[in-house]
Amino acid sequence: MDWHAPTWGSEGVTKFIDLTLNGISTGAVYAAVALALVLIWRATRIVNFAQGAMFMFTTFIASAVIDSGGSYWLGFAVALACGFVLGALVERIVIRRVEGGPPLNAVIVALGLLILLEAIAGMIWGNTPRSFPPAFSIRGYEIGGTRVLFAPNDTFTVLVVIGTALALRALFQRTKLGLQMRAAAFQPEVARMLGVRVGRMLTLGWALAALVGSLAGVLIAPSVFVGPNQFDPLLVFGFTAAIIGGLDRPEGAAVGGVLLGLVLSYVSGYEGASLVTLAALVLLVVVLMIRPGGLFSSTRERQV
Amino acid sequence: MSGKRTVRVVGCVCVATIALIAGGCGSKGNSTGVSSTSVTFGTHQPLTGPAAPGYSEIAPASVAFFEYLNAQGGIYGRKIHLIIKDDVYNPTQTVNVVHGLVLNEKIFGIFEGLGTPTHTKVVSFLNTEKVPDLFVASGCPCWDNGTAQPYTFGWQPNYTIEGKILGQYIKQHFASSKVGVFYQNDDFGKGGLTGIRDELPASQIVSAQPYEPGITNVAPQISSIKASGAKVLVDFTVPIYTALGQLASFTLGYKPQLVSSSVGIDPTTVGGLLKTFSKGKAGTELIEGAITDGYLPSVGEVSNPWIALFKKVHDTYDSSAPFDGNVEYGMAAAYTLAQALQLAGKNLTREGVVKALNEKGAQLTGPGLVPYRYSTSDHGGYAGAQMGQVKGGVITQFGPRLITTPEASSPITTYTTPQAAPPTTGVSVP
Amino acid sequence: MRLPSRIRPPRLTLARSLGFVLLAAVVLALVSEALSSYNDLQLANGAYYFAVLAGLTLLTGLSGQISLGHGALMAVGAYTVALLIGNEHWPVLPALIAAVLTSAVVGVLVGAAATRLRGPYLAGVTLAFAVGLPALAGKYPSTFGGANGLVINPPTSPSWLGQSFPLERWEAWIACAGALVVLFAIYNLVHSAVGRSLQAVRDDEIAASLCGLRVARLQTLAFVVSAACAGLAGGLLTLVLQLAAPGAFTLGLSLALLTGVVLGGLGSILGAIWGAALLVLLPIWSNDIAHAFSFSTNVTNNLPLAIYGLVLILAMLLWPSGLQGALGLLGLRVSTSLKNRASTRYPVGGAGQERAAARRGGASPPQGREEEEVR
Repeated sequence: MDWHAPTWGSEGVTKFIDLTLNGISTGAVYAAVALALVLIWRATRIVNFAQGAMFMFTTFIASAVIDSGGSYWLGFAVALACGFVLGALVERIVIRRVEGGPPLNAVIVALGLLILLEAIAGMIWGNTPRSFPPAFSIRGYEIGGTRVLFAPNDTFTVLVVIGTALALRALFQRTKLGLQMRAAAFQPEVARMLGVRVGRMLTLGWALAALVGSLAGVLIAPSVFVGPNQFDPLLVFGFTAAIIGGLDRPEGAAVGGVLLGLVLSYVSGYEGASLVTLAALVLLVVVLMIRPGGLFSSTRERQV
Repeated sequence: MSGKRTVRVVGCVCVATIALIAGGCGSKGNSTGVSSTSVTFGTHQPLTGPAAPGYSEIAPASVAFFEYLNAQGGIYGRKIHLIIKDDVYNPTQTVNVVHGLVLNEKIFGIFEGLGTPTHTKVVSFLNTEKVPDLFVASGCPCWDNGTAQPYTFGWQPNYTIEGKILGQYIKQHFASSKVGVFYQNDDFGKGGLTGIRDELPASQIVSAQPYEPGITNVAPQISSIKASGAKVLVDFTVPIYTALGQLASFTLGYKPQLVSSSVGIDPTTVGGLLKTFSKGKAGTELIEGAITDGYLPSVGEVSNPWIALFKKVHDTYDSSAPFDGNVEYGMAAAYTLAQALQLAGKNLTREGVVKALNEKGAQLTGPGLVPYRYSTSDHGGYAGAQMGQVKGGVITQFGPRLITTPEASSPITTYTTPQAAPPTTGVSVP
Repeated sequence: MRLPSRIRPPRLTLARSLGFVLLAAVVLALVSEALSSYNDLQLANGAYYFAVLAGLTLLTGLSGQISLGHGALMAVGAYTVALLIGNEHWPVLPALIAAVLTSAVVGVLVGAAATRLRGPYLAGVTLAFAVGLPALAGKYPSTFGGANGLVINPPTSPSWLGQSFPLERWEAWIACAGALVVLFAIYNLVHSAVGRSLQAVRDDEIAASLCGLRVARLQTLAFVVSAACAGLAGGLLTLVLQLAAPGAFTLGLSLALLTGVVLGGLGSILGAIWGAALLVLLPIWSNDIAHAFSFSTNVTNNLPLAIYGLVLILAMLLWPSGLQGALGLLGLRVSTSLKNRASTRYPVGGAGQERAAARRGGASPPQGREEEEVR
């Protein structure tokens, strides 16, 4: 493709602004996925590869609700509720049995769940992607006579993600429930001795994470369409964002997501789409070489 | 290693071997997939995975048309069967699946193998084994060389041919407008871009932005095209990316004249993806007025006798699928395969089918609006297309039917022979 | 099966394993003669899967470092062979050696980065690597063939085998030869001082370091060895299938490799053999089962995948130690082994245990047995 050097005339400035705004809106979406992954990690020390498939499934359900006449917000609420239930069910039935064992087994189980959920979605709804409505208008704001690459729906997405990150932070830092969840994840034996219902906390952790994931799914769906495999790239980028931010803090997920979104947007705009996945790798390596636990990691690297 | 463990390992190898043999048993039929009552073909398709949308409808539609023919007795009394195998658009799977079809299921030939990165990996095997490789579902020029690959035949028009025809239309109607091209970063998009560049002066094409399938954020590319001032946007995209491009254009308030290849503009498919963004139920508002090319009659042209035939077959044998361009593709290709079998004569052999196509293929008429390029040396498919425009959510075709070859600067000529009507039963051959 | 841990002297492992490998070569040659061409192709597939799985199980099981990127390392080897044989017309053996070397070099880079990372962070980097590296094919299409990738001519069997020697059987021979080389190398590496050092590092980094082991160097070595195996496997794939394309080296491949290693039995060479067999046979079986019924199109298309996913979940729930662990349990008769299991159920070093468990991808010492016994 033809590479045009970034110019700093008005077109160049417009392009830079557009790419920045695009980076923020796509980054908010990666942050939403990352938040769900961080939540499950903090609650159960498992990386949930099935996250993308779980919120694909709940988004399909929401889509079915909306297609049969329900309002958007009804579909939204149904998606969140189904996410909560699905997360709890998955934890109780499947994950509970691999929680104490080798971490790799949980990874394999999650992969199996990913494949199974995508296949079931394909069986029920077919492989053709379908359209999903946005919450608000996607017509870009008009600034100085031109429309920019940021619309009311993007504002909604960013606000929801910030709100969720803050709410999760408050949950973990300030509430007794959050403390119990953290204790159940880090020191289940000690927590049990102190009266924490560890099993229930783990289930709650997964249910909450799936709810946040469903939120991410509904926010993303308008721009990637709803289909069994449509959310797969988002899982990869969401996971990358979570790692960049550090799996320990929700604010890490938010910052990691936006940072990743911005970098990928600039690379795509100035270098071409074919370098995007490579750029994600480079960013990840650079961040982890400086801070091996992610940007917001609390533990320092152990020197021997 | 202890003796006990050696025995155990050898035993494991034996078990594995037995399993392998057992997995391979059960090949049925006679040696070349043809008998007096049936002929069996195989195909590799992306039935699941990211490439499945739309494409997974094609082979079942072909099967539906074969069932229609089989109900009438088939061709020379032989029923046509099609074994469909999923390769998930992964070339490793394609090779394994096609080897299985040829060596295990012992099919007569491969029909409608889908995809360029997938099918290019089995062409050499099929030609070495002398297995007919008919009507590859891809517009790559890879299938054109009849001398080097005598058993492989293309079917749909070459992407470069489409690009040239679209480029000529732009030259005739938008000569003073800047042109931007949004294309898939593979031979489909690049082939189309080559055709466009062949017709338009370099100064007119102000921006050419490729996208990667799998990276759904195409707003940076559309933003670049908008920034270049292009008033005409040429799309060499698959339907999902046509829709994504339109969404980004909508956000940016960018309203160029859309000119799209036939691959990515099927209104049913694209409309379905954009449904919730438009006020109308069809969802085609954003692509209304788009210019495209087509080598088969538009699915929306209900008065066309071929469309009526295909709709009848669809409603009887494939009613769970939407009646869209993919289904029409599958049925039209199936018709061509049946014609090839009819041409080959009552005594059906692999060499016979290839010879028949080489000698008489170019004279075949059918649902296509233009002729085939088939000859002994040229195995390319349809030679051109007719222009069309999306009006009221369906494609209305207009203008002369145009044919050309993929070579640079080869002329684009008009084809005037009117389209033949479909036969009432079976297929018709010269 | 699990002997009490004590230092075992080498005991002529080199000569014995060489003898075993030669015996296996003869057996495989005879087996390939008996199989049909299609099954020879499946045998060849299984052979190159084994090559990469053996390296991966060394890395993940013995050295405790998770990798979600071995598909990309296979791609390095595959493209090396495709470019050397296709463009430069090298013969087969030097091309394969070159594939091993290039992927080993990449393994050094990845391994060096990996030494500072643990658990999910290592998983994340290798995942990004798996997704990002094949994109180079699209960025430099003139060299790497873009989305279509590269095609090479099939390898020709030597004339002394006869004119009618089937291509698929020759491919199976090449692939099995490569697999046996990997088997020999990995087996002897595991039963050497290096292998024991790797396990020591996995179990407790601080203690190992205090004993004088160079932790980072050993971890990088494990990565390099597993990358070399993956590169060889990729080169064999190119020879068997005559292709090197980005569509063949997706993230799905890397994840499938990981599932193969765990399902077969982590940390065990026999487990790698089972895993390779599963990777080849499971898709075929699930397809056959799906087509045995006549459901609607949507269901029939997706049923093989649903079965595959279900098998993964059930296998992990029912046989957490993989197939090899399950078979070992079946064969377990010695009561002393049972007593040994019971006595090591309680963790020895608390903090080290937790760190080791958090970092590694493999089995934790009190429960797993097979990671020390690599057959």
